[in-house]
Amino acid sequence: MNEPIVDPLLASELEATFETDSQLIPRDSVAGRALVVVVAIMTFLACLTAGAALLVADASRVWRSDVLRDATIQVKASPAEDIDLLVAKAESIASKAKGVESVHAYSKAESERLLEPWLGDGLDLSLLPIPRLIIVRLKDQRPEDLAALRSALALGVPEASLDDHRIWAVRLGTMANAVVVVAAALFALMILAMGTAIGFATRGAMAGNREIVEVLHLVGASDKFIAGEFERHFRRLGLRGSLIGGLAAMAFFATAALLSFGWAHSPGGDEIAAMFGSFELGPYGYVALAAVCIAVTLLTGLLSRRIVIRHLQTLT
Amino acid sequence: MGPEVVGDLNFSIAPQSFQFLTGPSGAGKTTLMRLMLLALRPTRGTVHVFGRDSAALTKDDLTELRRRIGVVFQDFRLLDHLTTYENVALPLRAMGREETGYRAEVVELLRWVGLGDRMNARPPVLSGGEKQRAAIARALIVRPELLLADEPTGNVDPGLARRLLRLFVELHRLGTAVVIATHDLQLMDQFGFARRLVVGDGRLTIFDGSAL
Repeated sequence: MNEPIVDPLLASELEATFETDSQLIPRDSVAGRALVVVVAIMTFLACLTAGAALLVADASRVWRSDVLRDATIQVKASPAEDIDLLVAKAESIASKAKGVESVHAYSKAESERLLEPWLGDGLDLSLLPIPRLIIVRLKDQRPEDLAALRSALALGVPEASLDDHRIWAVRLGTMANAVVVVAAALFALMILAMGTAIGFATRGAMAGNREIVEVLHLVGASDKFIAGEFERHFRRLGLRGSLIGGLAAMAFFATAALLSFGWAHSPGGDEIAAMFGSFELGPYGYVALAAVCIAVTLLTGLLSRRIVIRHLQTLT
Repeated sequence: MGPEVVGDLNFSIAPQSFQFLTGPSGAGKTTLMRLMLLALRPTRGTVHVFGRDSAALTKDDLTELRRRIGVVFQDFRLLDHLTTYENVALPLRAMGREETGYRAEVVELLRWVGLGDRMNARPPVLSGGEKQRAAIARALIVRPELLLADEPTGNVDPGLARRLLRLFVELHRLGTAVVIATHDLQLMDQFGFARRLVVGDGRLTIFDGSAL
């Protein structure tokens, strides 16, 4: 019985121009616009959180790499000993050690300058037994090279001790990981809040479009078809919102990276740079933000589909 | 639960039959139509549609059966945000058919019901008669096995009403069972071959028509 009522061959000659791209769920509504705004704000915040977590994680990797590649030799001499001689000896041992890239021994004047922030300037520190520092930069983070250097120093300059900053690096890493975990938790909360908003919007749309749902049912539309229409509708809203929020977040990070060049050597800028690096997200960071936008779009569509199907199943 | 609108009715709609469902306003014509359309469930008794007990239908069964039924609502129930073309094509779209595959059919049917120049108009700017014809075209587009029309000529002039009725008769000749709810006695008299189901006081009386 479901044959066409007219001859399609005859009808195919008709050349009519008409609009055929209308959505079954009305595109523009107050609730729809409100959802776009909510999704845009949530996506912006989620992208900021994700971006900040990435920056901290990257900065932490750089800190740890730097810290673990540096080691400090501290030379403490008794008043009877010639500290300059001991420093030169330790410097020579370190320079010849395996895996060492460079060695820099702090002079007496440099060592005193290190104390100025605490003791002030203009003091005569010559009577104090100030230890001297030698900074050793390693080629790689190889613990066995450090162990060999430590042994060599113990034999050649017993007054010298080697500190490899490993405990400090572990603490830095723990702190950075904590920041990343907090950011991930915030991100999850934002996604949860966004999901809740989408749920409310979907139920509102179902109520507002009850007439459409009923007509669709009566003309033979399946629940799957109706849910698909709602999913398409909400995915489109989600895409619009996530694009607005995501692009705004990308613009924020790009602007911050530009500004960071300006403040790079200011006193406050150094601390910010230490925490977040140069605000340069890098290509992978921007890909991650794009992935957040795609995920938000898909989440919006799939969540609304699930809610619509559940709602339709309750209809008798 | 409120009072029963209709009760103790027993009737069947034969395949390829043609009947009017009539009775005074509020007698329960629309309720009966909705029961046949499976949009309502009886509080007691059973409704069988295409040999299936409506009480035992799953959602998928319901969808499948509704695709074999065309319906013209008293209040048209066109979707205001869609064009006339899209409204008429809605059942085909709901069946998952591609737009390119049904475009010609829809255009031809719209021209047949006199809406060839109103394809891009949306229902709010259509007259009552145009809405009526769009609703009828939507019901006919899937060439249903059963056509239920609730007051399909209520908003059109007598000439157009006769034309629309002839459209239903033509559909009936092609094999569709037609049920038309109306209280237009003059119109029914012009189609004396049709069976009449008269609802009144919650009861149903059946008058067989003359042979077609």
